Amino acid sequence: MDITRLLTRYRKLLVAGFIILVLIFLTTFPLYGNDYYVKLLTFILMMTVLAVSWAMFSGTTGYMSLATAAFFGVGIMATAFLEGTLPFPLIIVIGGLLASALAFLIGLVTLRLKGIYFAIFTFGFVMFIGQVAYYIDVHILNNAWGHDLPLANPGTLLYWMLGLTVVTLLIIHFIRRSRYGLALLSIGGNEEAAEHMGINTTMAKVMLFTISAVFMGAAGAIYAPALIHVEARIAFNVFNSFTPILMAIFGGMGQFHGPIIGAVVYGYLDRTLRSELQEYFMVIFGVILVVVILFLPNGITGLIATLRDKLGGVIAKWRKGGQAEEHANT
Amino acid sequence: MLEALPRLIITGIMDGSIYGLLAMGLTLQYGVCQVLNISHGEFLMLAAMLTWTLTDALGISPLLAVAIVGPLLFAIGFLLQTTLFRTLKKRTPSPPVFEGSALLIAFGLFYIISFAARRNWGARDYVNTILVDRVSFLGTSVALNQIIAFVIAVAVGVAVYLFLSRTRPGRAIRATAEDPATAGLMGVNTNMILAFSFGLGALMAGIGGVMTSWRNPISTYIGFNNTVIALVVVTLGGLGSVPGSFIAGIMIGIVSRLVSGLWNPLLIVPVYYAILMILLLVKPAGLLGKR
Repeated sequence: MDITRLLTRYRKLLVAGFIILVLIFLTTFPLYGNDYYVKLLTFILMMTVLAVSWAMFSGTTGYMSLATAAFFGVGIMATAFLEGTLPFPLIIVIGGLLASALAFLIGLVTLRLKGIYFAIFTFGFVMFIGQVAYYIDVHILNNAWGHDLPLANPGTLLYWMLGLTVVTLLIIHFIRRSRYGLALLSIGGNEEAAEHMGINTTMAKVMLFTISAVFMGAAGAIYAPALIHVEARIAFNVFNSFTPILMAIFGGMGQFHGPIIGAVVYGYLDRTLRSELQEYFMVIFGVILVVVILFLPNGITGLIATLRDKLGGVIAKWRKGGQAEEHANT
Repeated sequence: MLEALPRLIITGIMDGSIYGLLAMGLTLQYGVCQVLNISHGEFLMLAAMLTWTLTDALGISPLLAVAIVGPLLFAIGFLLQTTLFRTLKKRTPSPPVFEGSALLIAFGLFYIISFAARRNWGARDYVNTILVDRVSFLGTSVALNQIIAFVIAVAVGVAVYLFLSRTRPGRAIRATAEDPATAGLMGVNTNMILAFSFGLGALMAGIGGVMTSWRNPISTYIGFNNTVIALVVVTLGGLGSVPGSFIAGIMIGIVSRLVSGLWNPLLIVPVYYAILMILLLVKPAGLLGKR
């Protein structure tokens, strides 16, 4: 039998098997792997959560959110303030809920406006919340030094991050398949038409934005102990708003696994090359962003799909040609 | 407290004229080319750092540096439009998609410019101020460089406004902003107009940058803050409205001086945001915006 036919028939089984293998690898890795790689995997998982939850909102509705760093930072600050007073799982939940409450407010103010105002507002919002947090932390609460977090076991952090990643991916998967997901996709396609179909577009957008922020906030809360020292200015780094976009676009937003691939590739490169290349890494980051948007608007997964189509066409033609020749010979 | 008020307002107006100039450039780039240039402040930073280099390496007065840095920035803007954004326009299916992608390309430029600059000039502060003597002006004392910068900013602002509203090329630019396809059919070379407008926007950021280096210490970090200011100002003045952004620039200048003088410099950005939030709720199109 044909290999391609086999692949399509047992696709679900293969995907399930692959996911189980990855999960087994990730859960057993802290038992034998060294700390450097455990931290690297945690970072990659965190990037996956950020990229997937960014793409879940901005990819489907077409509204470009630049507030990821704000929600992520809220999670980090939640851990910084609550560490030691509450159990860690509760802190993660609180971080996520605070971030989503913030997203709900931003969404109410901005999501009924044109997309460009939303982008402007969220872009500066990171700076706004960073300054406010810094002001409150330093001038009102007198934490001029910032917050030192106790050393956490890298393996435990990996498990928490893995749990969050699984929950995030499952929830987003189900949202995409629900009626609600369909409504959201129609907003991205043509908002006015969606409204005429009876979809409350503003509410749908606000809800999705709120849900996506839960994951970002929780990711920040889990990642905070890995930073060891936390300050408002570190927590609300604007860079964190752009990386999810690059990862999602680089991977390709058309498919569910696109942003995941982008996050794995970017997360690995970030950890291995950033300290070595310093400023050049950021310059290269910019160049790649420009090149990807210009020449790979559908990302790697999109590129693979087009290549497969083209190659498939070539192979089919070649086969047909071969058959035609056979016919001609007989 | 109150005796400081006139001084704060006057210096605020002078700061604001530079914000206004910067915002006019941004609003021109968005209004005509549909590119929300998130790297706009980086152009200002680049111009300021180039001015320092010209003074340091060649001994050129920062005052005369405008004549070199300005055209250079114009050329950079012109080339960016003719290469990157024109290619992007050909490759994107619809205007909203172009707008989103152009925004992301501008982010890319933001990283390229700011970190290449940091590689080159490092992170330290450079002082290149000139004409720091204070003169008495309307009952308060103001540095001479602030007055000169104010006069130049207003002159450039008025000149650009008159150019857009009274001349034939200006009319072509406005026609292209309104409806590029029809303007093209009427014989306007729209590609040229887009490139010229983008270059003009970069030139205005450049002039702003040179003038900033006369007055304040500069570093490779000043770009981002200026981008945020310019974005708040254009939203306040109405995205796409040239006179609106100049007026809004002066208002933001006064507000930021009042906040930092009477309250706390750390709270400037939060106050911008309070203004922006109220504005978006009450009148999303901005003070002088259409729609």
